[in-house]
Amino acid sequence: MLENLKIVYHQGKQFIPDVTSAKVPGIFRGRPVISLEKVDEHELQLVCPVGAIETSPVRIDLGKCTFCGECARRFPTKIEFTKDYKISTNIRERLVVTEGEDRTIEVDPTKVRSDVHRVLGQSLKLRQISAAGDNSCEWELNAANNVQFDMSRFGIDFVASPRHADGILITGPISENMAEPVQLCYDATPAPKIIVLAGTDAISGGIFGDSPAIDRSFLSKYPIDLYIPGNPCHPLTIINGLKDLTRKK
Amino acid sequence: MNYIQIENNTTIGIAEIPEVSYPVFFDEISKLMTGQTERHCANYFGYRLNGKIKLICCLADDLTHQIYVLSCVVNNDDNLRSLSKELLCFEKFEREIHENFGIGFVGHPWLKPVRYPFNRADKSKTIANYPFYSIDSEELHEVGVGPIHAGVIEPGHFRFICNGEQILHLEIQLGFQHRGVEQLFLDKKSLLQRTTLAENITGDTVVGHTTAFSMVWESLCGFKPSKDIQFARTLALEMERIAIHTGDLSAMCTDVAYQLGSSVLGRLRTPMINFMQEWGGNRLSKGLIRPGRNQFPFTPALAERLAQIFTEYEPDFEEIVEQIRRLPSTLSRFERTGIVSYDDILSIGAVGMAARMSGLTRDIRSTHPFYLYSEMKHEPAIKHHGDVYSRFQIRRNEIRQSIKYIKEMLDNVPDATSEVNNLENSSPNAFSIALVEGWRGEICHCAITDEKGELLIYKIKDPSFHNWLALALAVRNNEISDFPICNKSFNLSYAGHDL
Repeated sequence: MLENLKIVYHQGKQFIPDVTSAKVPGIFRGRPVISLEKVDEHELQLVCPVGAIETSPVRIDLGKCTFCGECARRFPTKIEFTKDYKISTNIRERLVVTEGEDRTIEVDPTKVRSDVHRVLGQSLKLRQISAAGDNSCEWELNAANNVQFDMSRFGIDFVASPRHADGILITGPISENMAEPVQLCYDATPAPKIIVLAGTDAISGGIFGDSPAIDRSFLSKYPIDLYIPGNPCHPLTIINGLKDLTRKK
Repeated sequence: MNYIQIENNTTIGIAEIPEVSYPVFFDEISKLMTGQTERHCANYFGYRLNGKIKLICCLADDLTHQIYVLSCVVNNDDNLRSLSKELLCFEKFEREIHENFGIGFVGHPWLKPVRYPFNRADKSKTIANYPFYSIDSEELHEVGVGPIHAGVIEPGHFRFICNGEQILHLEIQLGFQHRGVEQLFLDKKSLLQRTTLAENITGDTVVGHTTAFSMVWESLCGFKPSKDIQFARTLALEMERIAIHTGDLSAMCTDVAYQLGSSVLGRLRTPMINFMQEWGGNRLSKGLIRPGRNQFPFTPALAERLAQIFTEYEPDFEEIVEQIRRLPSTLSRFERTGIVSYDDILSIGAVGMAARMSGLTRDIRSTHPFYLYSEMKHEPAIKHHGDVYSRFQIRRNEIRQSIKYIKEMLDNVPDATSEVNNLENSSPNAFSIALVEGWRGEICHCAITDEKGELLIYKIKDPSFHNWLALALAVRNNEISDFPICNKSFNLSYAGHDL
């Protein structure tokens, strides 16, 4: 017993007190800022491995972006990735960053369905479905509940059964072989229920977007309540996104 | 000679690989493999060539440090004599070739589908009608788990046949994660797209797979990475090993309800992956490794920072693993649970940690060394009991070993070179192979190019391809409640298997 207490003492305080303002270390690639500088736009567009860059005006779609940073490396005066990890939103178009603007990406509370705040505002239980996810977003979702990020202190948890859940959170591009299990799991979740897409692969298919082995027809059937971009998404992006969706500020 | 001997990370002309008839191919492999514990099949695959199927087999020899490669050409309606009857380690490779091209293997125990790829030979077979092994019995019952699991993990279906609480048989059905990665390697033409694909094969082995891809592509283009590139990749491989092993030790504690161990080891993983972010901008090392250049040079400032992180990590790590070692409640769950014998491990051709836990010395870092491992004189961590506790100890010992290696490396950080090679001219009509010891075990990437140097086939083998069968054997005669701990102690990849 004493040994265990000693170990507890040695850990010190591990939790991040304020997940909305915590700083991430090093050279994190979060929300990009695009300057108005003139560059060879065609060249810039070709750099992107997943076609996330559009031109006139120059835009980056964070739903497609793999955050590899190659565009910023090649065009450092045009594109810069900031350390802003709060990039989750409920509006798909808000994931598109346009040149010359430096505005935060947020959940638009007026577009959140009315029962989400009322029913899920204090407690959110999600069923996670990895649908051909590469296990990176899954690692980060687990990390979101470790003693440092401690997401469950906000009443947000992952549960074992869709019957206990308020919605599903999908990672991965949704393979053909997972299409049916995703549908069954969604159908088994009681209403009102939400759908959250976590990670670039889930939002757009990412590098697998045009693979013949994936089947994304499920996503065209239902409204999506939250997009959490990243490759993989950072635990702070996950926690802030889910909090902003379900809670009034 | 019916085969060619090559070293790890080399490119040869495809014409240099001897092409023999199937009976000779069969006899040669039997002769090379039977009774030779130091050899195993690193990769065995087929690809379409002029309306026929060309089979390539790569056997790794741990004593000579060589890889033996041989080939043969067959038709897709052939019925070939199966190697699996005598050499079980070919069982899954033959199933894969059957699934992809329809080639029959006479004498194979059961040519079940492997992963239901989108371009399989027989489209009437779907993942919903998988032919499970079942038993007609009044006493026994079946338990189905998945594809979606209770935790936040990848999908796969487990079918148990149980007698009460006791597992008699486990069958693991995979394929749910199939994304067509190998085909995308051919379809996506830019180097960055292919590197991105390699990074997304399995998100927990980003460094392992991206290093293997870089080795293959650089070798195809005749590029030899400079010292600093080799240094960065070796360091990143060992960091990935430390981070994942730490996370898995935490998960093993979770599965035996030891909350303190789970919390402490879970939080100890964070500084390791946060360091990867400080270095390369991504916690799971995506974007860090790029073929042909040193994307993020390892600076003396980073070396100092990493040394400091280890200074903080080690006492807390040693304290908790020592506590776990002395705790009867954890030991009683770990010890003599999920045993796989040396003979079984050998016969199924397991690699990496899953081989070393049962006393089989199989580690690419020492047998087919590359990069800084060539000078490291690495001695693999070996255990002999083959149980959950052996897997626990291997992970613990490998963390210690990796920290030791990295500390030694930090004394000699090479100067960064700014050389950038765009690797545009890949050799035509070539075959390239790379073996990398990822944290799970041996990763094998093979590429074959056509007369223009374009990729004709890109073949990836994750260590999980061999090792899933080890999990199925481990749980036999255990209580079904011990399945989670057995599963976590291996922590095999679904995405890497299904690609």
